[in-house]
Amino acid sequence: MNRFTLSDTPIDADAEKRPLAHVAAGGCVTFEGWVRNHNEAREVQRLDYQAYGALAQAEGEAILAEACTRFELRAARCVHRVGSLAIGDMAVWVGTSADHRGAAFDACRWIIDEVKRRVPIWKNEHYADGESGWLHP
Amino acid sequence: MKYKLLYFASLAYRAGRAEELRDTKARNPRELYTETARDHGFTFAADRIRVAVNGALVGWDHALADGDEVVFLPPVSGG
Repeated sequence: MNRFTLSDTPIDADAEKRPLAHVAAGGCVTFEGWVRNHNEAREVQRLDYQAYGALAQAEGEAILAEACTRFELRAARCVHRVGSLAIGDMAVWVGTSADHRGAAFDACRWIIDEVKRRVPIWKNEHYADGESGWLHP
Repeated sequence: MKYKLLYFASLAYRAGRAEELRDTKARNPRELYTETARDHGFTFAADRIRVAVNGALVGWDHALADGDEVVFLPPVSGG
């Protein structure tokens, strides 16, 4: 089973969480990234995510594999949406499980930060004034 | 040599296409980016772009081969 997934359909957080379970795990941490209705003082109405699929998959897997060596984890998974999303939709989900909470929290934060920094996915925001623009921070 | 270029996000918008077959004298990504940036009006400096060849990240001086798939990756904005 892939630990990193690109999905063109809504993320089922409960289903994604189930494979984190492990008899030795003392807990799990999950992060959900949602589409918000504003960015840098502009009203956002919806957005599109585009990915370079082959490399995004490889980079995402590499991040999760690296997380499992950096932190004492039992499992780590991530799903990122592609396609057109509405306000409130879940854009990304990250889950980690570990024997102790510290590793699960630290790894979950590290994974979402690395995904945002490295994985070739781009966001096109559609604004209330009819303009749109690709974000390249 | 001939290369297949894929464009994403604002680079696709600028180029007016998502992919392109290019017959060129460029032999590495540095030369190829200079050429395509000139032709399509890309404004990103090379130090803000990453390069992938056949689905793997490479350096700017990577030796390209005929038929390679080349992608110039502008700064990403997932999450």
